[in-house]
Amino acid sequence: MSETIKKFLYVNRKAPYGTVYALESLEVVLIGAAFDQDVSLAFVDDGVFELSKGQKTEGIGMKNFSPAYSALGDYDVTKIYVEKESLDERGLTLDDLLHLTYEDEDEDYAEKDSIHLVSREQLAEIMDQQDVVLSF
Amino acid sequence: MPMLHTVNKSPYERNSLDSCLNHARDGSSVLLFEDGIYAVIRGGKAASGIQAAKGISFYVLGPDLQARGIGTDRVIEGVTVVDYSGFVDLVTGHDNVQSWL
Amino acid sequence: MKLAVMVNEGPYQHQSSDSAYQFTKAALEKGHEIMRVFFYHDGVNNGTRYAVPPQDDRNITQQWSALAKQHDLDLVVCVAAAQRRGVLDADEAKRHGKSGDNIAEGFRISGLGQLIEAGIQAERLVVFGD
Repeated sequence: MSETIKKFLYVNRKAPYGTVYALESLEVVLIGAAFDQDVSLAFVDDGVFELSKGQKTEGIGMKNFSPAYSALGDYDVTKIYVEKESLDERGLTLDDLLHLTYEDEDEDYAEKDSIHLVSREQLAEIMDQQDVVLSF
Repeated sequence: MPMLHTVNKSPYERNSLDSCLNHARDGSSVLLFEDGIYAVIRGGKAASGIQAAKGISFYVLGPDLQARGIGTDRVIEGVTVVDYSGFVDLVTGHDNVQSWL
Repeated sequence: MKLAVMVNEGPYQHQSSDSAYQFTKAALEKGHEIMRVFFYHDGVNNGTRYAVPPQDDRNITQQWSALAKQHDLDLVVCVAAAQRRGVLDADEAKRHGKSGDNIAEGFRISGLGQLIEAGIQAERLVVFGD
């Protein structure tokens, strides 16, 4: 759809359900995938809670949208950075999060992890390299 | 690639300034505006975080200080007061922009 | 420079729309191009023409409409966020069987692709939110 390829970073710092930002930022990512840009997602601070597994929302009467994260791999969104310090501060580990994967077409469609656990410093470097940063 | 970071929430309400400073690299700039301006008040706890971030240039939006009754004489040293025109110059003068909400 | 602006919050509830407006105005005065202002989340509520705020304060929607008219700005309200919150143009109203539409002058409803396109085409994109 476009000749230019820019580095787009979607920064998620808020917990799901308490506000709409987690859901609606995911919608931007899914629609944006059609533009074939160089997309990364960052989950920092309370944003790490968005990826918690086992979300059951019947009791609060809201739609559980967490299954949509699993579709990201199919949309070629394979760089999902989760900040380690944010997990540690909140008593979480990678095991508490959804297992997100993609199929690497360059390696015979081998299944690979989309989530990359990064340090605060590594994430700072990643952020610095972006062309467009969308915050929600 | 020097980045411009913006922070618009009070450091006493939210962790946005802390998170910003945890990720802003040396050589980058931070603009405090809207309720973010409260961070630059001399004597406030948040001011020490700003003073400790030696490699970063700090700016505060004057109109938001004035609106909230905070005189420029109460702004810690090392923070440059700018207006909206200055805000625009900061955006165009950096390679990219990240808003910490 | 070619700039783009994103507004994530509704009028009055947060300062986001005001800050975005002041920024946009300043950028235009300096001779920059604002290629699009994209309204997302509750920001779509900036685009309803039925607000009747008190006369002694700014009318946020009308300010945007006037600025758009003066500078031929592209004010885009995200269709998905707008449907959720009840901001419709005539086509949307008809399509969804609603008795009326409420999109304000100078605003148009379109898809999230317009935001991505703004990110691609503009040299800088600034997000105003909470």
